[in-house]
Amino acid sequence: MGDALVEVRDLVKHFPITKGVVLRKQVGAVQAVDGVSFDVLRGETLGVVGESGCGKSTTARLLCRLMGPTSGSIQFDGREIAGIKGADLKALRREMQMIFQDPYSSLNPRKTVGTIISEPFVIHGMHDGKGERKKIVQELMDTVGLNPEHFNRYPHEFSGGQRQRIGVARALALKPKLIIADEPVSALDVSIQAQILNLLRELQAAMGLTLIFIAHDLSVVRHMCDRVAVMYLGKIVEFATSEELYAHPRHPYTGALMSAVPVADPRLAAQKKRQILVGDVPSPTNPPPACRFHTRCPKFVAGKCDVDYPELAVKEGGNIAACHFPLTDPEIAGAVPTAKVSR
Amino acid sequence: MALLEVKDLKVHFQTDDGLVKAVDGISYSVDVGQALGIVGESGSGKSVSSQTVMGLTRAGNAHISGEILFEGKDLLKASDDELRRIRGNDIAMIFQDPLSSLHPFYKVGEQIAEAVRIHNPDGTRAQARDRAVEMLGLVGIPEPRNRADAYPHEFSGGMRQRAMIAMALSNNPKLLIADEPTTALDVTVQAQILDLIERLQSEFDAAVVIITHDLGVVAEIADEIAVMYAGRIVEHAKTDAVFHAPEHPYTWGLLGSIPRMDAPRDEELVPIPGRPPSLINLPSGCSFHPRCPYVRDAHKKVDPSLEPVAGDPTHRSACLLDSSVRKRIWSDLQAGRRPEEARALELDGGTPEMVAKHAQEPPKAAG
Repeated sequence: MGDALVEVRDLVKHFPITKGVVLRKQVGAVQAVDGVSFDVLRGETLGVVGESGCGKSTTARLLCRLMGPTSGSIQFDGREIAGIKGADLKALRREMQMIFQDPYSSLNPRKTVGTIISEPFVIHGMHDGKGERKKIVQELMDTVGLNPEHFNRYPHEFSGGQRQRIGVARALALKPKLIIADEPVSALDVSIQAQILNLLRELQAAMGLTLIFIAHDLSVVRHMCDRVAVMYLGKIVEFATSEELYAHPRHPYTGALMSAVPVADPRLAAQKKRQILVGDVPSPTNPPPACRFHTRCPKFVAGKCDVDYPELAVKEGGNIAACHFPLTDPEIAGAVPTAKVSR
Repeated sequence: MALLEVKDLKVHFQTDDGLVKAVDGISYSVDVGQALGIVGESGSGKSVSSQTVMGLTRAGNAHISGEILFEGKDLLKASDDELRRIRGNDIAMIFQDPLSSLHPFYKVGEQIAEAVRIHNPDGTRAQARDRAVEMLGLVGIPEPRNRADAYPHEFSGGMRQRAMIAMALSNNPKLLIADEPTTALDVTVQAQILDLIERLQSEFDAAVVIITHDLGVVAEIADEIAVMYAGRIVEHAKTDAVFHAPEHPYTWGLLGSIPRMDAPRDEELVPIPGRPPSLINLPSGCSFHPRCPYVRDAHKKVDPSLEPVAGDPTHRSACLLDSSVRKRIWSDLQAGRRPEEARALELDGGTPEMVAKHAQEPPKAAG
């Protein structure tokens, strides 16, 4: 760990909403990502959490350049990649790969596993030698815990967990510097999830990978990530190391998320006071002014939270949070199950 | 007398590939005001068992046997008409996906009012509508009188799920069956829905059967938990016992697979090797044996039954290991030690024998 592999500054992605067929006119925009800045350090696992519609998947797709940002800068390994195209973009893809949520729709059902995993080599014209590709693919299959003999099988012959291993093997094929995993285990059964989580941790330790791990399951994120960014309606509201975040969340939204997560222990569950947020996430086409969380916030102060936008700043305990009235220790104690284990 | 008593229920489906034993002899009961959690992975039969209680599996290819006693009356013997009167009135169900469970063409309020009118044919339309508005307000929909005129697509996911719950509860059911009620929802909305189910249970004294794969959800709201595997209940106990003194290797596996918010961050996850078996071709003996690290040769021949464990008559487990051995293994697991009985199994490829068998198979030809 140490210096930054990725530096994101003021990243914005607005999806235009248009009206009319011939004379298309923009009438609004979905502000999916709205001014996000963060660094990803070499060798770390950065978690991104938030509810559906918070912009976490859009952020991932922007980093991978599966779509171009509306504005902002993305530095990858010292190079600006926000606007690159063509051959440069293709070269970039060798260095960052993505693992997708659904192992059923992200693998071509008409291709064999061997073809799927060797596809990156075909695209980049690598390992052309006879038999060389097959050998490397079989090594990859072995690395991710698949039987190399199953080289010629089709995706439907594998279980969900095995398919996700195929996705991991494909992502590893080009030895990328960065892997972005977008909800890699949420489509899997509980007993299989742990297999994939362990695999990702082992591979990261063995290959020195940098990992961006996007998930909505806070206990999985805590287990996997060194640092965590919490997003709400297109903005980062809190950023901290896992230890700090789970021991003392400072943003009321983070606190509410943690209080809402069911704990798999009836004794802890009975002690915890479940904090209920009112209402739903507002529409990203028309987000609330100033602090975007003020419409649901239990600590809302009229005349401040709906007028002044809170900038990200260091709060007590080292967390960086965007809040005028961060949570205090007594407020955290009853509602957050992990507050207990903090030192 | 228990409100709902399921006795030796079997639901088998005849398919082109063979007989699918989706539910293979399960028994449980639920009392008034009590919440039973049914936990299991996909394909464990947890949803089919509760759909059968609702009479939703009465298809030509389904073979159903056993008894489902609701207030002493066998629902399996009830005619379709009788069942229709009970369903939606005395027993209500909420499903995982609220969008596909609401009709897209009709206003939400009309759909709830329809449920009210079917079971109260003497009431007027206006009364039914008032009841629908009242229920929407009760489940926390803001401005219920206006929102009753909205269509399902105008509601967010959480609001749709609340509308479904409003519909399910509109006739004050004695039993609510919730099949993965929060799986499609974000955690903050999930907390709202769980809170609602708990409140309704205490205020209306309804019995609740909640089906989920999420151990956290049952830890928070169930009084008792039945753990299902391959169409059977493998462990049934009070919630605290399932989490703090479990007596089945599958339950240990489930608990070891989930990262816990209150454990040290570097804790090692212990996944269950292999994957759930095909319900057409179940393994011989204990159906968990190919994935069980504590398997012995005898377990591949003998089919375990659900027996009370030593020291707790409310706690039953279907495991062939000796109770004292199980208690020792669990205390080893809790202390982070590797139990001496444990043997290494291949991940996701099955037992060593199964892997060896695969290796002998000629690879399939491409194309």
